[in-house]
Amino acid sequence: MTDETGARPTQQPESQPQASGKEKYYVRFTLAQRYLHAVLFTSFLGLAATGLPMRFSDNPAARFVAREVGGFGAILFLHKFCAVVLTLAFLYHLKDIAGRALVHKEKGIFWGPTSMVPNWKDVKDIVGHLRWFVGLGPKPQFERYAYWEKFDYWAVFWGMLVIGFSGYAMWFAPFFAKFLPGWALNAILVVHGEEALLAILFIFSIHFVNTHLRPDSFPMDMVIFTGKETDEEFRKKRALEYQRLASEGKLEAKVGEKPVYWWVNFAKVIGFTAILIGLVLLVLTLIGYFGNA
Amino acid sequence: MQDASGQNVGVDADVFHSSIHGSLSCTDCHTSIKEYPHPEKPVAVKCVACHADQAAAIAGSIHASASAHPCTSCHGDAHAIFPKDDARSAVYPLNIPRTCGNCHSDPVLAKKYGLQNVYSVYMDSIHGYAVSKEGLLVAANCMSCHGSHNILSHKDPKSPTYKTNIPNTCGTCHGGVMAEYSAGVHGKAVAGGNLAAPVCSDCHTAHSILQPTLADFRMQSTPICGSCHKGRFATYQDTFHSQLGLLGGYVQTARCWDCHGAHNILPASDPASPINKANLIKTCGRCHADANASFVQYQPHANPRNRKLNPALYFTRFFMNLLLWSVLGFFSLHTLLWFIRAKREQGKSGPTGEAKDD
Repeated sequence: MTDETGARPTQQPESQPQASGKEKYYVRFTLAQRYLHAVLFTSFLGLAATGLPMRFSDNPAARFVAREVGGFGAILFLHKFCAVVLTLAFLYHLKDIAGRALVHKEKGIFWGPTSMVPNWKDVKDIVGHLRWFVGLGPKPQFERYAYWEKFDYWAVFWGMLVIGFSGYAMWFAPFFAKFLPGWALNAILVVHGEEALLAILFIFSIHFVNTHLRPDSFPMDMVIFTGKETDEEFRKKRALEYQRLASEGKLEAKVGEKPVYWWVNFAKVIGFTAILIGLVLLVLTLIGYFGNA
Repeated sequence: MQDASGQNVGVDADVFHSSIHGSLSCTDCHTSIKEYPHPEKPVAVKCVACHADQAAAIAGSIHASASAHPCTSCHGDAHAIFPKDDARSAVYPLNIPRTCGNCHSDPVLAKKYGLQNVYSVYMDSIHGYAVSKEGLLVAANCMSCHGSHNILSHKDPKSPTYKTNIPNTCGTCHGGVMAEYSAGVHGKAVAGGNLAAPVCSDCHTAHSILQPTLADFRMQSTPICGSCHKGRFATYQDTFHSQLGLLGGYVQTARCWDCHGAHNILPASDPASPINKANLIKTCGRCHADANASFVQYQPHANPRNRKLNPALYFTRFFMNLLLWSVLGFFSLHTLLWFIRAKREQGKSGPTGEAKDD
């Protein structure tokens, strides 16, 4: 839940000896964190692409997709496959958190400037940011994780628990019926569908714009793909973290190498593909939702 | 042998002698012809002279017009009429669809009389298939349901295809099903004079009857039940049973009759009904092998929009929608304002510049 990025240039297979030295790069995400994000968005896209046809099964596009991939049986298989992948990623993340908290006794994982746990500053940041939007105050400065990123994180965390639990309860309904009352089996489909709808709409609109498509980052914030950020970006986007690390003398330890050309391009292809798929799914979701309402 | 106008008037003696009228002599039918050479215009043979019963029946039927429907229009060449159990006969069971089809596959005629063009759909139906491909003499051909000489409009209460007569008509062959149907709610309603209740053809159609386990039939018949049971159909459509069925290639999910029964549908209060509480584990268990007492409390027609009937579900949906729209509402506004502000900042500091703080 916190930043464990050490500068480990030797572990970055895509890195090469610093090319120019003109621009300084800082390591912001570990390779494992970037892979986790990649697994997360790949399986999420898969779940959305296979879940939407089931949610809007009377939509012609849904039937077309279902028919093309081999009918409902195939759709459900792919949905479950992606669900298992995402579950494993989620469990890996929990194991990672537990390991860092219990084994490595990492400080600040559950509280403090680098923690994902919301604090009072986040509340002040929301208010301050909204005031800045309408010109009523200065732009707030952000730490390691800004409030909208914490919201993203916890929304996904909560979403995975809710959608995951309801999904497995449908998958193994007779088993879950041993513990759950009958009406819960009805509620589970509603919960699964609505929460998934929220996740899809949120990720493919709010997360995309907040993180990638807003003018400061447009067209894509590459940091989650390359793991690195330039000195200028770091200083401006995370002023408080930058200053804190500088004053603690830890900034130099985070210096990494400039991401190599092919990796950046590769990441762009992957990233833009994901965004494009997401936007198409967003449009289909809106058509499905408002076409039926 | 040709007449003056060049028309062939010869009769194949071998065929004629093997026909059902083979023992008759020519003048038994051609009673008006007494001398040779024959008159230019011989009087038409009157089949009624011998076949009075059939003539009476046809006179009261929809085919009453003798000029439009002479006996030969169905029985074929007058000199080659065979008994109806002879494969050469035009009214041999396996030949009947083709014989009727001579007229009833003609779109012009169908349009003229406001009839559906049923021949082709019949030929593709399970009955048509049984006749044309399997050669089943017992399979329903046109005559089995409509009769032969005494065919009446389906609007005529005496017609075997009149709504209330249909169960008996189909029951001629499907006796077991008819008994089940008569004991069920639909059968009782129809017998009680409720013409809105379905008979066989309302669910199975009349001519394009499909094998009921076929995917097409499973998909087409659910909306048929829904055409009367609108509310139940709407709530069914909210469930995975319906949603999954709509995605091609997966029709195994429960259709109406998988739970309610098909012919002997009974109210849930009836202990013999498959949806009676005591029978649910068995009924659901036909698909869900591990169904237990809690599992079968699942409501296949739950309505999350109905607070009175399904309060828990109603509030679940209400909460989820509240969550959905409040999160999206807040962040849409948040992101929109941010986007506008960041654009303006960008404009101030040039296209490449990061937004400068105020």
